[in-house]
Amino acid sequence: MAADILIVDDDVDFLTVLRVQLESRGYHVRTAESARAARELLRAQRPDLVVADLMMEEPDAGFSLCHQIKRQDPTIPVLLLTGVTAETGLRFDAETREERAWIQADGVLAKPVRPEQLEAELHRLLPNGP
Amino acid sequence: METLRVLVVDDEAGMRHAVVRALRGYRLHLPDVEGEVGFELEQAASGEEALELLAARPPDIMLLDHKMGGMSGIEVLEQVVKRELDVLTIMITAFATLETAVHATKSGAFDFLAKPFTPDELKETIRKAAGHLLTLRQARKLAAEKRRVRFEFISVLGHELKAPLAAIEGYLNIIRDRALGMDVAAYEPAVQRCLIRAEGMRKLIMDLLDLTRIESGQKRRELAPVDFREVAAAALETVRPAAAERNITLGLEPGEPQVLTADRGELEIILNNLLTNAVKYNRPGGRVTVRLTGDADRVVLAVTDTGIGLTPEEAAKLFNDFVRIRNDKTRDITGSGLGLSVVRKLALLYGGDATVTSTPDVGSTFTVTLRRNAKPPVVDDGKSRTVPLAAGN
Repeated sequence: MAADILIVDDDVDFLTVLRVQLESRGYHVRTAESARAARELLRAQRPDLVVADLMMEEPDAGFSLCHQIKRQDPTIPVLLLTGVTAETGLRFDAETREERAWIQADGVLAKPVRPEQLEAELHRLLPNGP
Repeated sequence: METLRVLVVDDEAGMRHAVVRALRGYRLHLPDVEGEVGFELEQAASGEEALELLAARPPDIMLLDHKMGGMSGIEVLEQVVKRELDVLTIMITAFATLETAVHATKSGAFDFLAKPFTPDELKETIRKAAGHLLTLRQARKLAAEKRRVRFEFISVLGHELKAPLAAIEGYLNIIRDRALGMDVAAYEPAVQRCLIRAEGMRKLIMDLLDLTRIESGQKRRELAPVDFREVAAAALETVRPAAAERNITLGLEPGEPQVLTADRGELEIILNNLLTNAVKYNRPGGRVTVRLTGDADRVVLAVTDTGIGLTPEEAAKLFNDFVRIRNDKTRDITGSGLGLSVVRKLALLYGGDATVTSTPDVGSTFTVTLRRNAKPPVVDDGKSRTVPLAAGN
């Protein structure tokens, strides 16, 4: 069965684009437009990986979602996406162990995400492929 | 209570004690400062001792004797300036010649006090210094707050400008990679979404320009008597094509001419924003009604739609920068999230306000109140011109 990926972003176009990209690579995709909607989908079925935007209903909605997922099931890999790194002065490159521990995400990507970049991350986190 | 620390530097013990006696328990009220201002006193018997105290814990105000054995007052003052200490210095001079006063002021003293002085003269000088100090600090705090608001605004703006670009790039990648196969028709929705996002981005840029115009002060405002009714009629014509497309009826309730002193361009911005929203968020076949009423002092514009409406929570935050209500009903409607913030800022400029009452799925009424003869707002001096892109909120 294809790996189930849950994508959470408040930009419907971003969801569409990622869905097309991932489905064409053989993944099964579910999408949510808010962290709240994502929580419901998480309850319905355990995804194999979550891709979440940082800034949604709240500036850090992605963070809290990530923390919640890790609390409930630390084995679900979470990729955080962010479009505001430079402007906020926040660094999300998770280069050090301390930062990774704090963010709890398994990877952080800056938007716009190049398709090959995302594919490399998925390959790293889901080594068995779609 | 605000407590200011005063350091008295004088080699005559009698003088130091007299100052301490006069200021201990002295309380003052200053305009624009909440509560009382009181003083905590410290003493130094020489310039050298003063420098030690200054290094350890700089006071707010320093009463500094000009002529002391050892290090002179001017030498202490030079150190204060050199070390960029945030201390207001009042020089005490035995010989109140113009020369010493000018020299002290040039060296960075705020004021001087001639010996001998009465307790009242001392208090008056201290009152002036405290007023200056606290006003300065308040201005600094305000400037820092403005910088923070501006920074926050720019971060969100960065996000809002990048999001449509990222969406368009994403769709272009799909098209480039032929991710949906070779049938051209399959790409039609992607192209449509690209166009919609580009339009949204243009709207954001236009609203930003409006906002900048408002906040660049009143220099470019052209205030003249304007009949609001006439501006409303013209604005209705601009949205008529968009309304016709969705079968929405537009109505301007006839009434008296509503003349006010205004910049016509600003009234157009208010109307265009409200009317565009009333059409965009309406149901097909709905209605938009514009009502203008007023009294001797005010003009009241009410724009009522039969659209999707708002919950009280949504309505509460609606006039802030970059607020867009996101739900299934609004997902295909583009907007910058700045339009209503612009409307409200303009209304405030006219001594009025903008409010909304709404019922979900029934409709909303946006009300803008403008004073007929609003006092021109206080214009920032040139120094703060570059600070606020987004003040308020």
